[in-house]
Parts: sequence; C-alpha cells; structure tokens
Amino acid sequence: MSFREQFEIPAKYKMWSLILMAVGLVSILVGYFMYGAGDDHQNARFWGVLLYNSVYFLLVVNASMFFICATTMAMGGWQMSFRRVAEAISVAVIPIGIISAVILLALVLGHKHHIYHWLTPGDDKILLGKAGFLNPTFFIVWTALTIIGWIFLGAKMRSLSKETDANGPYTAEEGKKYIFKNTIWGSLYLVWFGLTVASTVPWLWFMSIDAHWYSTMYSWYTFASSFVAGMALITLFVIYLKNQGYLELVNQEHLHDLGKFMFAFSVFWTYLWFSQYMLIWYANIPEETVYFKHRVQGPYRGIFFLNLIINFLAPLLILMRRSSKRNYTLLVFMSVLIIFGHWIDFYQMVIASVSKEHVELNLFDFGVAAGFIGLIMWTAGNALTKSSLIAKNHPFFKESIIHHT
Amino acid sequence: MAIKKFVVGSFEDEQVLFPAVKKVRKAGYKIHDVYTPFPIHGLDQVMGLRDTSLHTAGFIYGITGTATALSFMGWVFTKDWPLNIGGKPHFPLPAFIPITFELTVLFSAVGMVLTFCYLCQLAPFVKKHHFHARATDDLMVMVLECTSRTNEEEAKAFLASVGAKEINVQVAEEGWWLGRYDKEQKLFENKTESSLV
Repeated sequence: MSFREQFEIPAKYKMWSLILMAVGLVSILVGYFMYGAGDDHQNARFWGVLLYNSVYFLLVVNASMFFICATTMAMGGWQMSFRRVAEAISVAVIPIGIISAVILLALVLGHKHHIYHWLTPGDDKILLGKAGFLNPTFFIVWTALTIIGWIFLGAKMRSLSKETDANGPYTAEEGKKYIFKNTIWGSLYLVWFGLTVASTVPWLWFMSIDAHWYSTMYSWYTFASSFVAGMALITLFVIYLKNQGYLELVNQEHLHDLGKFMFAFSVFWTYLWFSQYMLIWYANIPEETVYFKHRVQGPYRGIFFLNLIINFLAPLLILMRRSSKRNYTLLVFMSVLIIFGHWIDFYQMVIASVSKEHVELNLFDFGVAAGFIGLIMWTAGNALTKSSLIAKNHPFFKESIIHHT
Repeated sequence: MAIKKFVVGSFEDEQVLFPAVKKVRKAGYKIHDVYTPFPIHGLDQVMGLRDTSLHTAGFIYGITGTATALSFMGWVFTKDWPLNIGGKPHFPLPAFIPITFELTVLFSAVGMVLTFCYLCQLAPFVKKHHFHARATDDLMVMVLECTSRTNEEEAKAFLASVGAKEINVQVAEEGWWLGRYDKEQKLFENKTESSLV
C-alpha cells in the first residue's frame, strides 16, 4: 500500500487563500480611510481591530506548536500521523508574528494612548506604580523577545521533525537519543510559552488596555481561548486533507481525540472565564467591576452572553456524545463555530475596553479576520508541500497507526 | 437467572484470540463472554457488542444533580428562608454555580459507579461463577453458551481448531446470586451434565 506523502496545493485552495488575503488588505486600507484618519475614537477602533485580529490569529497558530511540544513532553504517539499538519500551521507564526510585532510597535511608538493609556501616565498614581512593567521600553523588548522566541524554538522543533525523514529509520538506541533531544527542545519551548502566553503577554498586550484593572485569571483565560481555537484549526486542516485523499493513516480515532481536546478545553475555558467573573461579581468592588460593567450591563451584553453560548453551551451539548466527535461533518461545523466564537471572545476583550459606549462589529472586523485566515491557509499550505505529510521515521509513529480510543 | 451449559476455551495470546472470536461468531456459536486479564482494544467491536449506554446514564444523573442543586437552593433562598446576603439578589445564579457544578459531578460520578457495578454484576455479597481462575491473571477465556441445538463435542473440536487450550464444558449459573461460595460451591463442583437437572 502506498501513501500520498506529497501534498500538492489544489488550484481552488490557492485561489481562495489569495482572495481572502486580498480581502484582508482591502479591508485594512478601507478601514484606514474610514477610521484610521478619523478622530481619536475612530482611530482607536482601527488599531483595536488590527490588534485583536493579529494577536488572536498569532496565538491560534502558535497553539499548534504548543500542542506538538505538549504531546512531545507527554511522550504521546497518537498525534504522529497528523503531526506534520500541526507543524505546517505553526509556520504561520512567522508572518503573523511579524505583522503583530509591527502593529504592537506602531501602537507603542505611535503613542496610541486611546488604546494603551499607560503610555501617558501623567500623575496617575496607579499607572506610575505599574510603570516598572507597563513602560514602552519593556513592552517593546519583551514583545520582540516573545515573538523571536516562538519563531526560533518553533523552527527548531520543525527542523528536528524533518531530520527524521533523511536520517531514519532509527535503531532503538538512535531513537532514544532522538526522543531525548526532541524532549529537551520541546520543554524549552514550553517554558518560553509559559513565560509568555500563559502569563506576561496577555497582560501586556490585552489586559493593559484597562491599565487600572487586573485579573490573575486573564492570561490563562486567553491561553485557553487560543488553545481550543488552535485545536479546532488543526481539526479543520486534518479533515480538509483527508477529504483531498491525503493522510490515509488518520482515522476516526484521531479525530475523536481532537474532538475531545475541543470539548475539554471549551469546558476549561469556561472554568477560567467563570472563575474570573464570579469572584469579581461576588466581591463587587468598583475597581474590579469596572471591567464587566459595560460588558454585562452595557451595550456589550448581547456579545457577552453570545460568547458564553457559542463557546460553552454549544461545545458542551454538541460535542459531548461519542458519535458526534467521530462525525466529520459535525466536527467541521464545531471547529468553525469554535474559531468564530473565540474570535468574538477576543473581540470583546479588546474592543469592549477601547470603545465602551457603543458596539461596532462590521465588515471591517470580518475583512481583517478573512485576511489572516487567507494568510494562514497560504503559509500552512506552502509549508505542507515542503516535506512528507507523514513523519514515518519518528520512533513513535507506529503508536499512531494502531491508535484506538 | 438460569443454570446453563457452557463450552469454555482459554487463549494465551490476543493474536490468536481475535481471529478465533471472528471464526467462532461466523460459525454461528453464541459467545457468552470473553474474560480477559486486561482491557483489549477492539475486542468489543470484534465480538459485536453494542456501545455501552453508561454515558447516557451519566448524563441523566448529571442533569438530575444540576436540577437538584438549583431547585433546592432556589427554593431555600427565595421561598423558605430569604436572606439578604451582601445586597445580592435572592436568586444569585453565579454564586450557585460552584455548588451546582459540584452536585452535578457528585450525582453523575456516584450514579455511574453504581450503574457500572450493576452492569458488571459486581456488588458486596454477590457471587458470580468463575469459568477459569487464570482469567484474572494471564489467560483470555472465551465462553460459548450452549443452546438446545449445540453439539458440545463439535463446539469443543471447533474451539481447539481455532487455537484454544484447556477446553472443557461447564454447567453454571450464568448470572449473579446472593450467597456464599463455601456453601454453594457444591452445586458447581460436579461440572458434568448430570447436575443439569
């Protein structure tokens, strides 16, 4: 039995990724003329939309590399049959990381104090007290280090994986050495991931929009949001490739486990979301409730509850059954819903803080998101053609073939 | 429950067991059960067992827990003994969520454990017939149930042909019973046809 190891980008796929990227570019241009050149409020909306879209899609593709490293550390073998797909998605960290870095630097260097009002603390005691962390120099250095670290460590993990194609098949001794090396680099990535996504980066990029307010749950909540959307993205790519006749070794068992990840981390997201909300609601201290005031009782009420319905109730009730996690159509539907739902979550995290008085969610938001989706399709599609779709010389590969849930 | 006649064969390797199960089913014998010392992936599909409905039961127990928690706390704090706690509403849903969650987990966990024990016929003081003591150690034991049309000599020969070892015929209670092994063992010591009266 021979396998189709070499992915060729279908013309339709290429066309759609180009169209989506063009839509994104046009949206940014039109958005700039509609909002960017306007008054402070409109300007803040323009930059806010760029901020949440770029960071959302950056964290989502970065979650692919997190998934690879986490399963590497757990000595997991079941993901090997589609590991190259997750690797290809994580290549998109490079372009989206650069775009995000440009946007974040532009926010800080361009003194967009309607988004980051800590840029001009004046004699605000609270902001001055936080100035050791919230200052432009630290922001720029840490943002640059973060994104360079992700790109470098991710590239290292990918090159280690591609090494097996040329060097394998391994003997038991060589295999052990390879696994050890892989584990070391995977753990380095995870440490860096913990220091950035799971702690500092959401504070810097998002939480500092409400510079007076803070929540210890915020970073985990952001991480859970991006991770569950990242799993949904991997699922979409795997199912697409299967429909194209690739990935013969991936079957319902693997999809079932991806579905479990989507289900479990939707619940985990809700747990963190609620832990943040309930304590603030219960204590009812003005400094803390300021974050939820316009979200729960103000104009964002609809989006606030929509967020909970899409990201908690729908996955909970739909993905709970075993048969639904093994149904390709339902998984595609849920993946799209989850990616959209967490995009809405990021929307309300940023825009509800930038523009508190009225809700604006229009074609500009969707257009920019479409651009990033096109970019992910383009980068991941090209990355898939670069190496074999099957990591067939990895020591744990057989585990994936006989995987059974 | 009823006392029935079974043809029992043991396997040492699941590589032999899988094709054997397929062949035995194809030949039309009725498999009572296959006892294995560890869970074997895919054996349930090969045996043609339906998916367990344990998870459906778990869901029902879970929503029972949710409903119990919400309705009880709701009744206490709105009807029975309304208290003003920190100016919160009388039905403060977010404050109820942790307890609702815990009761949901408690109900579904306890309910599912009990249901699981019931489905596996496990309980204190309840006895089941063991077809082979080594089924809990290192042998996979396949048990065929004899119907009125089964020729057990043929069945034994067939089991031998598919790779079974230690083939014998046992007459035993198929279900569980309340009692003690030491007193009732006699019933099952004589594993011959004469005890099937």
